[in-house]
Amino acid sequence: MQSTRVVGEPMVWLSAMGLGIGLLMVAALLWVIIANGVQVFWPKRIEVFTLTIDGKEQVIAGELVKQQHKASSVQGKQGAEEYQIFTGNKDIYGQGFRYIDVSAITKRTMPSDALLVERLEYGNAIGAPVRLVIKGEAPISATDPLFRSRLGEAITEVSDRRDAILALEKGQIGAINREIASLEYHLKAVAGKDAADEQATKQRIADLQKSYDVLNAKAKELRAVQDDDQVVIRPYGGEERTVSMGTVVSTTWSNELSLFGQIGAFVHHLWSFLVERPREANTEGGIFPAIFGTFVMTILMSMAVTPFGVVTAIYLREYARQGPFVRAVRIAVNNLAGVPSIVFGVFGLGFFVYIVGGSIDSLFFSDKLPTPTFGTGGILWAALTLALMTVPVVIVATEESIAAVPRGAKEGSLALGASKWQTIQRVVLPAAIPGILTGLILAMARGAGEVAPLMLVGVVKLAPSLPIDGIYPFFHLDQKFMHLGFHIFDLGFQSPDSEAAKPMVFATTFFLIALVMALNLGAIILRERIRRRYATAAF
Amino acid sequence: MTTPSNTTAPTPLAPNPTKPVDSAPGYLSVRKYNFWYGTNQTLFDVSLEIPEKQVTAFIGPSGCGKSTLLRNFNRMNDLVDGIRHTGDITMAGHTIYDPLIEVTSLRKRVGMVFQKSNPFPKSIYENVIYGLRVGGQNSKADLDIAVEKGLRAAALWDEAKDRLNQSALSLSGGQMQRLCIARAIAVEPEVILMDEPCSALDPIATGKIEELILELKKQFTVVIVTHNMQQAGRCSDRTAFFYLGKLIEYDTTVTIFTNPRQKQTEDYITGRFG
Repeated sequence: MQSTRVVGEPMVWLSAMGLGIGLLMVAALLWVIIANGVQVFWPKRIEVFTLTIDGKEQVIAGELVKQQHKASSVQGKQGAEEYQIFTGNKDIYGQGFRYIDVSAITKRTMPSDALLVERLEYGNAIGAPVRLVIKGEAPISATDPLFRSRLGEAITEVSDRRDAILALEKGQIGAINREIASLEYHLKAVAGKDAADEQATKQRIADLQKSYDVLNAKAKELRAVQDDDQVVIRPYGGEERTVSMGTVVSTTWSNELSLFGQIGAFVHHLWSFLVERPREANTEGGIFPAIFGTFVMTILMSMAVTPFGVVTAIYLREYARQGPFVRAVRIAVNNLAGVPSIVFGVFGLGFFVYIVGGSIDSLFFSDKLPTPTFGTGGILWAALTLALMTVPVVIVATEESIAAVPRGAKEGSLALGASKWQTIQRVVLPAAIPGILTGLILAMARGAGEVAPLMLVGVVKLAPSLPIDGIYPFFHLDQKFMHLGFHIFDLGFQSPDSEAAKPMVFATTFFLIALVMALNLGAIILRERIRRRYATAAF
Repeated sequence: MTTPSNTTAPTPLAPNPTKPVDSAPGYLSVRKYNFWYGTNQTLFDVSLEIPEKQVTAFIGPSGCGKSTLLRNFNRMNDLVDGIRHTGDITMAGHTIYDPLIEVTSLRKRVGMVFQKSNPFPKSIYENVIYGLRVGGQNSKADLDIAVEKGLRAAALWDEAKDRLNQSALSLSGGQMQRLCIARAIAVEPEVILMDEPCSALDPIATGKIEELILELKKQFTVVIVTHNMQQAGRCSDRTAFFYLGKLIEYDTTVTIFTNPRQKQTEDYITGRFG
């Protein structure tokens, strides 16, 4: 019998399988990240469990996080089933999570008045509301119909006051502090040389100190008012506890939420995660500084890597005499892409931070020494280090796109009396821009996700301020910054409360991927626009 | 090759009293020119004189060196690594290899039209004035005049005047080639080189380009490389036949087509090889 099979047909299946497995793995990865990340924001019900252990009753309340089997010492046999419960009230229990044996549960209820209180410190508190104590008023019992509305008003009030304190401290007090600091440097410089100037400066510092004292007293006053009101809650199976309203961020009646209420709470949590600063060793609050730091660093890196990579590629392809030397250079550039990123980090620390930054400090910021300005890790050095790391990608992509510019286009330009540079500038580069952008997209994807070198050249766990803000000179390139990749590492491996940090790791990972995708999408849209404009179909 | 021909003995050339051949120095003159790509010699001891304001056609089979010689008139071959030449090419009495003259200024005097039309992905307007722009001309009024002049000279004005700001890539194939001619004319060169300008065009577009060539020779010296015998016959004043890197015969077109001296020329023209 003759075979009806076409030669090579199995290769189609084999190559399709390769793609299929790849897609499957990407989809699985995204699913794990999204499913685990979304969990953080979805409001869960609060359940009250009554356990009987050795005849003694114990009450534990909290959100059911997961169900699992205990590890068993006997092989092939599963251990007893247990629940992981988020109990909150870390200030009472010393931890936020507990495991309970399912077999020990004798009663399980879902009280409708269970209240979840999000606090600035010690994480969430869970319990039954008892009363609200407002200064100068009679306490309002939780059964009073006024209780909820007054609680809501009190929260709005304290959060407004919190914003006012922050504005006062960051804005006015910060400005005075900065001026005093710069005047002190000035004083150091003129000391013993210009008596009049010295005297005037001292006077000015004293004046500033006075207004600082006034503002500081005002802030202290506001802060004291924050503790005037309290809400009293009773954790299930425990004693009443008083929570100062000043520490309350929000409250949720978790067991009363309808589906829309849950969706609303989900959106609210997601939004505050995006726009807030982190609290409690990064395990609470949001990731905004990390998102912003990653974004600014990636943009700075692109601004450094694109011109550098493009001019290098132009020289290699258009001007350099092709021969063994240029070939060797090309191989070296390609190999640069394979150097471990930590090596670039060490180089960045040694060259950019210590040599370049140190020289800048001794030339321009010598009055602040020994406090370093540029001679320490910062967002500029981090961006330049990553630019160095990703420059091979841009060089290779640019060279290839320059080589793909049709010869006829170049000859047409040269034949009209254009010089080589005019031809590159007017014909070659416009046609090569889509390819250059492809290189930039690859470089951004690699740079934005990099962590190891950044730890050496400027990333920190918690940065006090953003690299770009409203304070003159607006761009603080010397500043240390937060980065999503490092944030993931910090949450996952350096956090004091690993259980609380675990879902945050997934959520942060999700936003890192989303940020890289958004940046790439921007570059892709730009590339498509240019491609349409310089359609080269006619060559 | 053996060809049963009745014109085995080349008849002696009847001298043309008005157009002396191979004697008076032409506008472009090639003298004992040898050319190598690396170790591969593509032109052997070529000498010819190209007169001013006439059309000279280069014919011959593929790889005979006619395009190589054409591309040496504006030193386009300088772009290729490992080229070498001996002998000289002069233009109006001056060598084109003068180290004191920049190659860009030579190319402004010697324009070129390529086999495949290669308009830039810019507007029609910008295409025509590309050469002026790179030459540093930026006055809008001057450029407007140059565009109209260039497009009129290339017989494209009527078709393109209402769409000057549209992409040049929206034109048809024949229009694109005429745009490339307009682009070359706009620089106001003295010589226009055409490297098989009609090989990618249909007969109607070809006819238009041929008419244009006859028009152009009133102002410019035109050198055209072609594979199309009829085209050489229709629009050139003189024809040079190349074979394997050598100039076999060079004479007035009438003579070459009616009374060639060399048998190879006759065989090629009559289609026996090539």
